[in-house]
Amino acid sequence: MSALLTGWTGAVVFSVAVLAVAMTCVAYMTWLERKIAARMQNRIGPYEVGFPHGWLQPIADVTKLLIKEDITPRAADSLLFNLGPILVVVPALVGFAFIPVGRGLAIVDHAYSFLFFTAFASLTLLGVFAAGWSSNNKYALLSALRMVAMAASYEVPMILSLLIPALLSGSFQLTAVVEAQRGLWFIAYPVVGQVAFGVFLLCALAEGNKSPLDILDAESELVAAYNVEYSRIKFALFYAGEYAHTLAICSLAATVFLGGYLGPAFLPGVVWLMLKCVILFVLILWIRWSLMRMRIDQAIRINWMFLLPAALANLLIAASWVVRK
Amino acid sequence: MSGGPIEVVERDFGELALNMGPQHPSTHGVLRLVLHLSGETVIKAIPVIGYLHRGVEKLSEHLAYDQLAPVYERDDYLAPTANSNAYVLAVERLGAIDVPRRAKWLRAFVSEWQRVASHLVWLGTLGLDLGGALGGGTTLYMYCFREREKILDFLEELTGTRYHTNFNLIGGARYDLDKTSAAKSDALAASVEAALPELWAMSGSNPIFQERTRNVGVISKDLAQGVGITGPTLRASGIAYDVRKAAPYDAYGELNFDIVTRTAGDAEARFQVRMDELAVSLKLVKQIVAGLPSGPIFTRKPLKNPKATKLPKGEIYAAVESPRGELGFHIVSDGTAKPYRLKINAPSFKNLQIVPHILPGGLVADVVAILGSLDPVLGDVDR
Repeated sequence: MSALLTGWTGAVVFSVAVLAVAMTCVAYMTWLERKIAARMQNRIGPYEVGFPHGWLQPIADVTKLLIKEDITPRAADSLLFNLGPILVVVPALVGFAFIPVGRGLAIVDHAYSFLFFTAFASLTLLGVFAAGWSSNNKYALLSALRMVAMAASYEVPMILSLLIPALLSGSFQLTAVVEAQRGLWFIAYPVVGQVAFGVFLLCALAEGNKSPLDILDAESELVAAYNVEYSRIKFALFYAGEYAHTLAICSLAATVFLGGYLGPAFLPGVVWLMLKCVILFVLILWIRWSLMRMRIDQAIRINWMFLLPAALANLLIAASWVVRK
Repeated sequence: MSGGPIEVVERDFGELALNMGPQHPSTHGVLRLVLHLSGETVIKAIPVIGYLHRGVEKLSEHLAYDQLAPVYERDDYLAPTANSNAYVLAVERLGAIDVPRRAKWLRAFVSEWQRVASHLVWLGTLGLDLGGALGGGTTLYMYCFREREKILDFLEELTGTRYHTNFNLIGGARYDLDKTSAAKSDALAASVEAALPELWAMSGSNPIFQERTRNVGVISKDLAQGVGITGPTLRASGIAYDVRKAAPYDAYGELNFDIVTRTAGDAEARFQVRMDELAVSLKLVKQIVAGLPSGPIFTRKPLKNPKATKLPKGEIYAAVESPRGELGFHIVSDGTAKPYRLKINAPSFKNLQIVPHILPGGLVADVVAILGSLDPVLGDVDR
């Protein structure tokens, strides 16, 4: 196996494999979300397309989107308009290159892979802004403006909370961060771990546009927000990008807080990682489908008054603890 | 805001005119709001109505009195019987037509059930406004509709129709309540009552919900009286006006219930008033089933020709308390079988007048919260 994974051919094979798994996961995350939301809401969810329980629904959805009309509004900035969905999807998928799926096993096992991941994860917001701005639609514009305010706020505590695992493991290399959790997962470190995880989860909700912090695409106010003018494959790309981003964030959280691929040996590491991702995803869904949306000023106030001080204090405590040790 | 085209072009640099509706997920049908925004703050709001105008009042002049009641059930489509109830009251008062006591109680019975159903739709859609279709809002919405579905099933069993029950006849009621249905009503009331704590937990007890509604869209007592709003929206501003108490009609003079009021006048107060009214209405239906008088439900001679009913010359106004407030019918009769002129005093229309007064100063997110808390039904606004 290791022979297969060396050199250019190895990288390509590995990338294609990860991409295929990730895209399949993304497709079936939509199905899982619809099923779980339905169960929470006294419904059945997708049922008719594919037996049992509508398992072909994601494929039907994609097919439907592909045969729709592709529209670029005349008044839109067509270059940015068409670039937007790509800017959303690609960085989210690139993030998977840094996630270790086994001991020393990541497409890019760079010494600063942790930083690269967060940088790429934040890049999706650029695509959102490009889409919102170039659509030349007032709702999309409001959404783009909200995105700037939200990103400027929530990126800060997110990065601060992600510094905790880096501090505790003493490395920015994700494989090393996972290996440092062999004794104890970082989420289990008293107070420090849980606060960091909680802050990260809230920021992930905001970055991933999930209720109660789905301020960007608050569709009851801004209709469909930044993707209001999009149709066909571009809309599908936004949809895929959103879920890919969520999956990337889940896998990062699983990697840096929940021990990544670590787990009892009766299952391979990849399976443990995916299980942890699913658990985190379901947790996000649980929050998403039970809470109302915050108003933008409330969301931003919560960030500056509560999340940021908590993340800062947490970082100080963790740092002083690491130094004393 | 009538006359002339509505300005949607920004005049000043830095001011964004946002056209919200008539196709928008949170405008409760086809309301159009022209919002002038500075950043996300609303500085001016102009409601534009008329997208659901069906000419019901004009149509009334061409139909006979006995043909009209079902037409009005399409006005306020969330509480159909309230409309026909107000209409038949007006006709009965002008024509001095006798209504059997049992029929009066049955009218109140169906009205109260529809009030519960209507308030459940309001709560669900308020959830959608605050939580969105991809969030907790839908969950609340589904819970509300789960309860409402049971009520519609019950009404279907009672009247043959889930929705536009056509229950009120001039001079009586169309369907009777038998023992099995009465028992079912009691069981249903108990089951909806049991679901109320869950609905509260999803909405009013949730800190995010409270933050979104508290001190949002405050209507002071003076403003409420000045604009002339009505119903739960008025009662949330501290004015205990309820047609069921102020001018009792049908069985309400004999029933025992309280008017729910709040003094804060914000969206949360309006929410609380409606939530408490749900409980009051559920108590009322139980009370009606327990004390239902026996006797006939219709004593007029069966009509072969609908145009046989003629009213004496004169004018009449009669009102009921619909789930949205005072719903009145003003009929001018010239002594023929058709109204000479008929005017509907619609509560949603009156409540919507408050919109330009309370939206400015809030954010775009508050617009949907305030609209949701006003509970307008556009069929009732435009008629």
